[in-house]
Amino acid sequence: MVNVKINGIQVAVPENATILQAAEAAGVKIPTLCHHPDQAIKANCRICVCEVEGLALLQAACSTPVWDGMVVKTNSPAVLEARKTILELILAHHPQDCLNCIRNQNCELQTLAEAYQIRENPFEHITRGLPRDTSTPSLVRDPEKCILCRRCEYACSEIQTVNALGLENRGHHAMVVPALGKDLAESPCIMCGQCIHACPVGAIHEKEEINELLAAIADPDKIVVTQMAPAVRLAIGEEVSLPTGAMDMHVLVGALKQIGFDYVLHTNFTADLTIMEEGHELLKRVKEGGKLPMFTSCSPGWINFCETYYPDLLDNLSTCKSPQQMFGALVKTYWAEKMQIDPAKIYSVSIMPCTAKKYEANRPEMNSSGYQDVDLVLTTRELGRLFRMTGLDFTKVQPGKFDSWMGAYTGAAVIFGATGGVMEAALRTVYEVVTGKTLEDVNFTFARGMEGIKEAEIDLNGLKVKVAIAHGLGNARKVMDQVRAGTSPYHFIEIMACPGGCIGGGGQPITKSNVKREERIKAIYSEDAGLPLRKSHDNPEVQQLYKEFLHEPLGHKSHELLHTHYTPKNKKFL
Amino acid sequence: MAEELRIVLRHLGKIDPMNIDDYLKAGGYQALKKARGMSPMDVIEEVKKSGLRGRGGAGFSTGQKWLFAHRMEADEKYVVCNADEGEPGTYKDRVIMENDPHSVLEGMAICAHAIGASKGYIYCRGEYPDLAKTLKNAVDQAKDKGVLGHFDIEVRLGAGAYVCGEETALIESLEGQRGEPRYRPPYPPVSGLWQKPTIVNNVETFANIAPIIEKGSAWFAGIGAAKFPGTKVLTLTGDVKNRTFIEVPTDTTIRDVIFEFGQGIAGNKKFKAVQIGGTSGGFIPETLLDTPIDFDSMRQTGATLGSGAVFVLDQDRDIVDVVTRITQFFEHESCGKCAPCREGTMRMRRIMEKINTGHGNKKDIALLERLGRVMAGACLCGLGQAAPTPVITTINNFSTDYETRLV
Ligand SMILES: Cc1cc2nc3c(=O)[nH]c(=O)nc-3n(C[C@H](O)[C@H](O)[C@H](O)COP(=O)(O)O)c2cc1C
Ligand code: SF4
Ligand code: SF4
Ligand code: FES
Repeated sequence: MVNVKINGIQVAVPENATILQAAEAAGVKIPTLCHHPDQAIKANCRICVCEVEGLALLQAACSTPVWDGMVVKTNSPAVLEARKTILELILAHHPQDCLNCIRNQNCELQTLAEAYQIRENPFEHITRGLPRDTSTPSLVRDPEKCILCRRCEYACSEIQTVNALGLENRGHHAMVVPALGKDLAESPCIMCGQCIHACPVGAIHEKEEINELLAAIADPDKIVVTQMAPAVRLAIGEEVSLPTGAMDMHVLVGALKQIGFDYVLHTNFTADLTIMEEGHELLKRVKEGGKLPMFTSCSPGWINFCETYYPDLLDNLSTCKSPQQMFGALVKTYWAEKMQIDPAKIYSVSIMPCTAKKYEANRPEMNSSGYQDVDLVLTTRELGRLFRMTGLDFTKVQPGKFDSWMGAYTGAAVIFGATGGVMEAALRTVYEVVTGKTLEDVNFTFARGMEGIKEAEIDLNGLKVKVAIAHGLGNARKVMDQVRAGTSPYHFIEIMACPGGCIGGGGQPITKSNVKREERIKAIYSEDAGLPLRKSHDNPEVQQLYKEFLHEPLGHKSHELLHTHYTPKNKKFL
Repeated sequence: MAEELRIVLRHLGKIDPMNIDDYLKAGGYQALKKARGMSPMDVIEEVKKSGLRGRGGAGFSTGQKWLFAHRMEADEKYVVCNADEGEPGTYKDRVIMENDPHSVLEGMAICAHAIGASKGYIYCRGEYPDLAKTLKNAVDQAKDKGVLGHFDIEVRLGAGAYVCGEETALIESLEGQRGEPRYRPPYPPVSGLWQKPTIVNNVETFANIAPIIEKGSAWFAGIGAAKFPGTKVLTLTGDVKNRTFIEVPTDTTIRDVIFEFGQGIAGNKKFKAVQIGGTSGGFIPETLLDTPIDFDSMRQTGATLGSGAVFVLDQDRDIVDVVTRITQFFEHESCGKCAPCREGTMRMRRIMEKINTGHGNKKDIALLERLGRVMAGACLCGLGQAAPTPVITTINNFSTDYETRLV
């Protein structure tokens, strides 16, 4: 430990601490823009500069390590002048339309502008005139707003190893651009949306489709049916000033009905169904010598990644569609039949923690019901906006009930939302299918938590299955390279594109650090623990679906509606 | 009468730079031999005692820098010669390398022995392709003769950006990345090329090493200014009669540089100002001409020694216009990584243009001063930190030139 004085306050901090960390320990907040708690130091915005006794230049708090006896001033006149001037410089070259911005009231730059009393900017306001990039169904880039902190670049290249974003040009012409200076759609972007969480401002965001939803609700000829992914409930509270995990499931259903959804169903239902199909697929591959290891296929960002960077390993992917798309295929067939509703009238909306799901729903092959299976995908953030727009007071919203046939779920489906959840859910079912015994302790705790790659060997009555779990595509890449090299010891690998799994998805409430992701993960396992049914095969509506419609896992109907195929993305840059 | 003293240019015109035998005959590589007979610590001690400080602009003690790298435990260390020389009006490194490439190689090899490196790079300015050939020829001949021993040197051609002369941007560029400075600490002697301890020294710095080892630190320390001993190669440009390069002891005054070696102002005009140290150097008025050119004396006047470029302006020069052009240079050369430089260089240019075209007012001057303070203190690298110097020194030293332009 070393002793440091911050604004006269003495603190002891570890030797390798930065001024920023020492200041935090002293209860002094230093503003930051390029700094991100889960990323490497960049030190490019310079907003965090401080005065250090004995040094002529100001020092960036985020990058400068402390030494014993260091004396730091974080609010001297020179520091305040520098911060304010840097803010003015950035703002004078940034759009002044906070009111129209998707990050209004949730923007790090705006917050600092308020705190530093930016009133009359002495620098003339100029704009760059850069066009928005709306080339993908998932993301919108608005380079005009970019402040060049390069957090998105780091998220994309270092965390996700996708390398879709890079820097072009120099000086004030510098800008973050998709690889090769093309549209995002032509870049290797896999639509995970992790750059959105990284961005301190509104320079990257989801493609918003609230208006499409409102139009559908207003249309008397449309029957608006929704599904909702497990990770949505965990986080949606954050959008309406509730603690993480505090939104009650039935209050949420009530709210959706109040907004005007005709039927509220649950993606959890098809998550349980996915386990039935995928579990049996795994067993089949193991028994019949199929392609192993088998990879999970429920994360569309991951599918895009595999199609882009590992097209040689597409046969290892489970052919199961994601729960969203299984739901889409069933709601316009099985459910429509049961409800005696004309499937042509069904407008199928999916509420997802994910931006890649918007892309997935638009894939041309996703129409096995005879219609586009999922008509519209909204992110958790858009749902939050919808709630604020409609002015719902969640202390007063009456609880509602899920509608029949595709609304029941088990704890196994709930944990799909966290990294390791699909694995754990699959093991709960596969164990019982293989052994014929009841699984007494359903908790496979090895699968839980934020560790990048988790692995285990499971003994299923003598059948030893080696499994691995990776989340965040940088981790996935490590596991995949093993498979490509032929040295992978695993039978089954769960991969989620986003760090933490869907709870950290690109459509979730803006998530500034992994601390928040861990909070959501905790909430998800406590939801699971509190449910009466915790194994997918115990889901009564799933059992009924097999009895009345699908007949058996991997059967003819399943094949037609629930399974898919993958195509290499032969992008020019590779 | 002040006189030249040639240490780094000791072989100028006396040897054939393309022929290592000439260099060897003149006593070349003897210092390396001597250094290799000494312990690395003794070599470093000798360089330290000589008082030699970097000739690339920052003026840091060379021996001290080597000591930092020497102390690091690492499986590999690197010696890098900064031959990027992107400063407009500066060509002193070119003169040294063109005429005596082996003196640079020898200095690098002595450094390698001192810090324990086995690999060296010369990062040669992209606009000097012929020079790169001279250097490669020298390296090949030195390898053939076996004088370098296990020390390997590779010549790399620079990427053409001014900022790539900044040592950490240079390192990034050597690694094949975009030429952008890194934050510091850690400094290169601790973590440089591929995160390994790395010494980056200027061409002229390396060219001083062999003479110091050969003749001893006391000899060197006795030359020129006490705290910045030795000589400095200067390049005279602008409105002097004798536009040339010279090597003079560091206690030579600016006045002697311009009026003795430069033979005064061309066309019988009067002196107006001199900018020393390159584009980011300060503008010095008549009243400060008796300042010695050493690093610290220059610093005290708010100016810099920098690379040793001496740009002389006569009475007819329009200072505000000259400075406006300089701000265009920095706007163009800012790498764009850090906010105060990326935005600040652009603003400085805009405000200077406003003043230069007769539209500026007092507030603009105050804003330039504020911007100058902030950039000098908060920018990530020396480019942004020094970019305001020409603006601020002319506002201070040539205020009437500005005032007559204001509305
Ligand atoms: C923008 C910028 C450009 C620079 N260009 C050069 C250059 O061309 N040559 C050089 O030797 N040093 C240059 N430097 C200084 C180097 O960063 C570094 O201080 C120097 O190479 C260290 O060598 P020395 O200790 O021998 O002077 C530059 C610095 C900055 C900030
Ligand atoms: S888009 Fe956002 S995250 Fe990326 S560099 Fe710009 S401001 Fe930073
Ligand atoms: S000061 Fe200028 S050149 Fe240096 S890092 Fe910042 S933007 Fe790049
Ligand atoms: S937060 Fe420290 S430089 Fe950006």
